[in-house]
Amino acid sequence: MMSDYRIKGETGEWEVVIGLEVHAQITTNAKLFSGAATAFGAEPNTQVSLVDAAMPGMLPVPNRECIRQAVRTGMAIEAQINRWSRFDRKNYFYADLPQGYQISQLYHPLVGEGSLTIAADEKAGIPADKAIGVERIHVEQDAGKLMHDQHPTMSYVDLNRSGVALMEIVSRPDMRSPAEAGAYVRKLRSILRYVGSCDGNMEEGSMRADVNVSVRKPGDEFGTRTETKNVNSVRFVMAVIEGEAKRQVALIESGGTVVQETRLYDPDRNETRSMRSKEDAHDYRYFPDPDLLPLELDDAFLEECRDSLPELPDAKRARYLAAGISAYNADVLTAEVEAARWFDALLEAGAKPAAAANWVTSELFGALNRMGRDISDSPVSPEHAAELLGLVADGTISGTIAKQVFEKMLESGDAASVIVERDGLKQTSDTGAIEAEIAKILTANADKVEQYKGGKEALFGFFVGQTMKAMQGKANPQVVNELLKKALG
Amino acid sequence: MTELTNLTVAQIRDGHRAGDFSAVEVAEAFNANVAGAKALNAFIVETPDHAIEAAKAADADRAAGTLKPLSGVPIGMKDLFATNGVQTTAASHMLEGFVPRYESTVSQKLWDAGCGMLGKLNLDQFAMGSSNETSYFGNVISPWRRKDGGNAALAPGGSSGGSSSAIAARLCPAATGTDTGGSIRQPAAFTGISGIKPTYGRCSRWGIVAFASSLDQAGPMARDVRDCAIMLENMAGFDPKDATSLDMAVPNWEAALSSDLKGKTVGIPKEYRLEGIDPDIDAMWDAGIAMLKDAGADVVEISLPHTKYALPAYYIIAPAEASSNLARYDGVRYGLRDLPQGAGLQDMYAATRADGFGPEVKRRIMIGTYVLSAGFYDAYYTQAQKVRTLISRDFTAAFETCDVILAPTAPSAAFGLGEKMADPLAMYLNDVFAVPASLAGLPAMSVPAALNREGLPLGLQIIGKAFDEQGVLNAGLAIEERAGFTARAEKWW
Repeated sequence: MMSDYRIKGETGEWEVVIGLEVHAQITTNAKLFSGAATAFGAEPNTQVSLVDAAMPGMLPVPNRECIRQAVRTGMAIEAQINRWSRFDRKNYFYADLPQGYQISQLYHPLVGEGSLTIAADEKAGIPADKAIGVERIHVEQDAGKLMHDQHPTMSYVDLNRSGVALMEIVSRPDMRSPAEAGAYVRKLRSILRYVGSCDGNMEEGSMRADVNVSVRKPGDEFGTRTETKNVNSVRFVMAVIEGEAKRQVALIESGGTVVQETRLYDPDRNETRSMRSKEDAHDYRYFPDPDLLPLELDDAFLEECRDSLPELPDAKRARYLAAGISAYNADVLTAEVEAARWFDALLEAGAKPAAAANWVTSELFGALNRMGRDISDSPVSPEHAAELLGLVADGTISGTIAKQVFEKMLESGDAASVIVERDGLKQTSDTGAIEAEIAKILTANADKVEQYKGGKEALFGFFVGQTMKAMQGKANPQVVNELLKKALG
Repeated sequence: MTELTNLTVAQIRDGHRAGDFSAVEVAEAFNANVAGAKALNAFIVETPDHAIEAAKAADADRAAGTLKPLSGVPIGMKDLFATNGVQTTAASHMLEGFVPRYESTVSQKLWDAGCGMLGKLNLDQFAMGSSNETSYFGNVISPWRRKDGGNAALAPGGSSGGSSSAIAARLCPAATGTDTGGSIRQPAAFTGISGIKPTYGRCSRWGIVAFASSLDQAGPMARDVRDCAIMLENMAGFDPKDATSLDMAVPNWEAALSSDLKGKTVGIPKEYRLEGIDPDIDAMWDAGIAMLKDAGADVVEISLPHTKYALPAYYIIAPAEASSNLARYDGVRYGLRDLPQGAGLQDMYAATRADGFGPEVKRRIMIGTYVLSAGFYDAYYTQAQKVRTLISRDFTAAFETCDVILAPTAPSAAFGLGEKMADPLAMYLNDVFAVPASLAGLPAMSVPAALNREGLPLGLQIIGKAFDEQGVLNAGLAIEERAGFTARAEKWW
């Protein structure tokens, strides 16, 4: 089923065609070709080696871990891994590019064709699961950063980012709506974070997208595309697509033509503007970097990459569904790797999947939200949570009491069993005590007993509620049910 | 006592070890020669103190019984190698005054082996040239003169012309060179000394100002084959900082030197017989063949059919790489910055590079930029790479029937300064015999073999199989022993 997202123009409906080039910073301690550190936010020019500054005679040496992470990422999207790949130089002059070229991979990328699936989302206009093709992933160096606000007439250069390893993940032009593009970026980010190859932090620039957009009448050939560079949030990606598609439609319908060009997004004004057209495009004079030998990957390396891959979101989601977890919960639990890991630890500690999923997505997430904390720093451990859920499952406490116990766990950090014991919250199945309370309630509500017996069966809940209240919530609801039924004949 | 500056590296090493003289005496003697040879312009920077300090350490090591392989040997360092705290210019205005805070791997190895540095040797700018005339610091002059009674200044060869001139003039017993398309071998041939370019990857390129990365290779220049072996042993070795470095043990080349070539076959490439070449060159070549036969070798004719394409391919690949390698000299971080009043970034680039690079460097940057540009890439660069592969295959096939190849090093003896500067193509032709081995990454050396009718030295080139520096050195030694080349330039400077 196809997306029905359309731009309504004066001449009819237009379809939007979207391809994304996502630049993802590889999570490593060292740069792609030098030993310099890569921490975000360091003082300018404190993470720069002689290689990064392109001093005379300096040479790049590939960082094995960067290659490994890119290969693992490729494997995670079931892409072809090229055992033979090569680095090329992309030549251009700019003050943030010390070598005068960026080492990248044009002709022989490390990773070839792969794909990832975005999940159906009716509300977002994605009627069914959809596979988005990934054309390639290649590895390249990041550039430095110019600072224009430090001096009235000069720009300063910070080379901390110079040489940092990036993966460029190039999609096929398979997306047809802002929602699909948004879902693609979120899914890609999720996979990268599962794999551990990129922290996915878009605010810090660890992930940014070049957004290629064209429009066409449904069924026509692809139109001319524009590329909007360095868009750094899912929301902006979607806004760029919507705005750019509308701009192109308006342009075409007013008799103009779309020119292939590079555009920049201004989030403050929510619009894109032309940066340079194809005519002014650089001639990058790509050629194989003679300082580097081709990369050849052997079986042992590939095997290690594959063996070290964690269970990925799709597989995890399938496993959760098979364990009886609802589709909604499975989506929520698998979206972020930290939540999934926490939940898996909870299952490992013995919690029952469906009940545990409900509890995590409502109780735990609710509490974390309230406290403004991430799951990775949850005050309650999976083991403690499993114990709490276990107490509910074996009838030691009721669901209502469980909520109180959980609050106390959050406050004190104590284990559920300790709290239940200390505060006397154990659920009672003492039939004598319950029968005594039931007898009192039925006597006090003789009229309602009459009505119930007269066929108003909905009143049963009232009696349950009264009994539970009298028992201070500690009565085993099942025992209450049975005894009430018996007493009401 | 023999004049210390006439001693070879082996003689200095052994004499110092035996206590015949102190290292400080040796350093002082060479420092004095350097100081007295300004007319040759062989050095860009002289570092007498460095030589003395190393010599004092060598003498102390001798007293302590902790001698190193090259204790007491002062050498010259081509000014393409980064030297910590000593100006490193690649003979360019661009890097004039640039003082690195790091040491190239090769120079560090030599210091670790006990060598001292007499100074930084002049060269063609960014190692681009065959006569040393492209140096920003003025051309080096060869100590040799034609015996016609004239005193025309001759080229010492290039790009390692400071090295060749200094060794020939006894300003240093040995020096480092680098060879991209003949820059060790041709100057060695022009000045009557020996020099070897090892297999690509033997010596680390880390810290050597890059010209053409896939071709650049460091090697020693010295007065004889043994010294080349000794020096190379102390320069070569795997370096994790150079991704193209060979991860192989360094053989003990000196110990395995042998001029007995029984059982060896020498190939004579028929394509190197050039129409109209100087008859002295051909005569020297024939004499060389006879010498190797005399040493016990069999001689066979071989064919390297793609030879004629080597020079054009080289002059595409080397400039292509250079155009990119030299992009870093942009005035932003180090070296020359020319920032005209009110200039923007592009103006700064243009002014800096216009001022910082000489004409030959600019020519190669332009050629390289052109051959890599869209629309021309396949016709030039891709084609040249194919030729390069074919040339490698030529050698592989030839080495099925021979162990080493013998050829002239250069098509002529040293020419006069200024004679070829007006015609870049004539200048490029100097490398016609040297370039094929460079493209194939093979070890090759030049040894002095004869004097031509003008009394100028001529060199024979031995090309070996990859990693077989030993075979090259041994054949070189066989020639050296038989050629009896003892001529030296008469001192006029």
